[in-house]
Amino acid sequence: MADSISDFYTLPLDDWIEVAVKDWLVPNFRPVFQALQWPIDQVLSGLEDFLLWLPYPVFVVVVPLIAWRAAGSRVAIFALAAVVFLDLLGIWRETMITLAMIVTAVTFCTIVGVPLGILAARSDRFASVIRPVLDIMQTIPPFVYLVPIVMLFGVGIVPGVIATIIFALPPIIRLTNLGIRQVQGELVEAGLAFGATRRQLLFEIQIPLALRTIMAGLNQTLMLSLSMVVIAALIGAGGLGLTVFTGLGRLDIGKASLGGIGIVLLAILLDRVTQALGEGGRADAGGKRSFKKLLSKGVSKTDRDDVS
Amino acid sequence: MNAGIASHQKVCVEHLFKVFGPDPDETIRRVQAGQAKDRIYADTHSVAAVADVSFTVDQGEIFVVMGLSGSGKSTLIRCLNRLIDPTRGRILLDGQDVVAMDAGALRELRAHKLSMVFQHFALFPHKTVGENVEFGLKVRGVPPGERRDKARRALEQVGLEAYADVPPDNLSGGMQQRVGLARGLAVDPDIMLMDEPFSALDPLIRRDMQDELLALQAQLHMTILFITHDLHEALRIGDRIAIMKDGRFVQTGTPEEIVADPADDYVAAFTRDVDRGRVFRMGRLSHEAPTVTPDDDPATARRRCDEHGVAGLHVVDTDGYPLGILVRAELASAEDDALRDLMQPDYPVARADQELIELYGACAQGLPIAVLDDTGRLQGTVDPLRVFALLAGEPGEGETSRRAEASAPLAAREE
Repeated sequence: MADSISDFYTLPLDDWIEVAVKDWLVPNFRPVFQALQWPIDQVLSGLEDFLLWLPYPVFVVVVPLIAWRAAGSRVAIFALAAVVFLDLLGIWRETMITLAMIVTAVTFCTIVGVPLGILAARSDRFASVIRPVLDIMQTIPPFVYLVPIVMLFGVGIVPGVIATIIFALPPIIRLTNLGIRQVQGELVEAGLAFGATRRQLLFEIQIPLALRTIMAGLNQTLMLSLSMVVIAALIGAGGLGLTVFTGLGRLDIGKASLGGIGIVLLAILLDRVTQALGEGGRADAGGKRSFKKLLSKGVSKTDRDDVS
Repeated sequence: MNAGIASHQKVCVEHLFKVFGPDPDETIRRVQAGQAKDRIYADTHSVAAVADVSFTVDQGEIFVVMGLSGSGKSTLIRCLNRLIDPTRGRILLDGQDVVAMDAGALRELRAHKLSMVFQHFALFPHKTVGENVEFGLKVRGVPPGERRDKARRALEQVGLEAYADVPPDNLSGGMQQRVGLARGLAVDPDIMLMDEPFSALDPLIRRDMQDELLALQAQLHMTILFITHDLHEALRIGDRIAIMKDGRFVQTGTPEEIVADPADDYVAAFTRDVDRGRVFRMGRLSHEAPTVTPDDDPATARRRCDEHGVAGLHVVDTDGYPLGILVRAELASAEDDALRDLMQPDYPVARADQELIELYGACAQGLPIAVLDDTGRLQGTVDPLRVFALLAGEPGEGETSRRAEASAPLAAREE
């Protein structure tokens, strides 16, 4: 007696996928994918070289300064501590490589994701097409696409960044879409009623008003790409991920912990700074605003007295 | 209000339909067959938000569409600048068919001819007041210097020139809508579309804004299509009013026509608690009056009073200028006195375009009120009792008034 269908027949989907990737995709499109690597490679190696070239004392000054401008004195103090501590642990170089990877990944996520999000906001049809794709991207374990990535791009730091981009892309698309769709209907109508083109509507009204949500998406993308660095180390990406990975391979808990601490510190710092920037556009304006509000409240009060 | 301005049709809407739902053709067919909205929805799952609406608006006129929420008035106004595409019908602005326009022509139209004021102001929160007002000019490609000047002038018109650099969120509701108004004015529109512009404001501010709009309109003579759910507002600012219900125009007319002669119970329900003293004008009640000349004798005057059943009559010179009033009760004993000595030189007067409410005091004397034309000649008289009858909404008063309107200004008549 057979209990299940697979006793009679097993769908050879695994074989089909293997054939599709190995015998069709790889031989026919490898050059295309190799070409795709080029811009990522340029940005990544440029950035990495630059970060490693900068003398360490520059970071001690500049990083806390940026943190202070963006997020205030508490984050600045944390930034200073983090910069000192990372060097003290002897993982500064790895941290810079990881930072270069992450910044590269986030840059490309933004370049690809924001326009896709805008398209999705404008076209319900495109939104309904892209949504399941994003769902798959967010739920499929990254290990699954590491294999084809290695086949198509080889191993190394650039394929690692590509895997990171795939992993981290969905939030910025989703939140750009959401941000633009959330712009009040009456404001869009007002734009159109005064004769704005779609382009003017986008740049004058929709994007500025969606910016806060888009920045939240960017922050999410950043955090996801940080969590991807260890996995990317599996296919030859260096940096802190590699530290964790080698620690794991040798059951060297100390070394693995160092990598982990480095990632956590980097994550907290980047998160606080970008979040502050995201609100920042607003927090800053809000600061100005509340000041002006004080002023104009006084004025409008007298104005109303005049009226009555 | 604009009766003096040579009228030319600015807006002409013909058999306009906007159907939301899966089956527009069938819905339109049923609307034309006169079926009720609920019935049509039950069968077709479609709603005709605008159902066979036709109207015209003249240059310089304020045309008010009044209806409750869901009556389709907001949809209607959005069809005019095609924020919503109509399902069927024609919209002519200066003879150009808006429905047939392609995207480019439509943008031109919106940027140059039409502007719009929104219920919730729809000011851009990320731009300053000045940038908001400039917006229409900016998208049109006007250079920065010029558009700043124009924006400043528009802000001056609404009294907010001091606030150009402030974000709109900092302003009160009334001030925000002034900015909305300035944004509309800055583009020098031919036609202003106003979608419940004052509905979100406090009653007192709303009144101020209505006055301000009327004052601006007196200078600018725009053509305004104004949407409201408030009949009082409609009566206050409208030259003509359309009452809208379930997508159709139930009645179109001047404020006086709507209040005096509501087309059905629906309209009557709105007009019931209207302050009629502010809607009706003296001209409506004025009718040809019995008069005497100074040379007539008291007996003639007495007889004429009794024939017309009036409490008094005016003494008029040969050019039609009133000299005084004779009171019937005081004529009783007079025999050979000259009318000049009997008449009272002070008598209540009014102009035909005065609102009734301004003349309650004059009515209190109980004497006929002399209605004078622009040159001061006697045009007719109004019996104070008729004023109160009209205020009470007695039927039939419309007829006399129509007759009175038709009659030529009264000259002193010889027997």
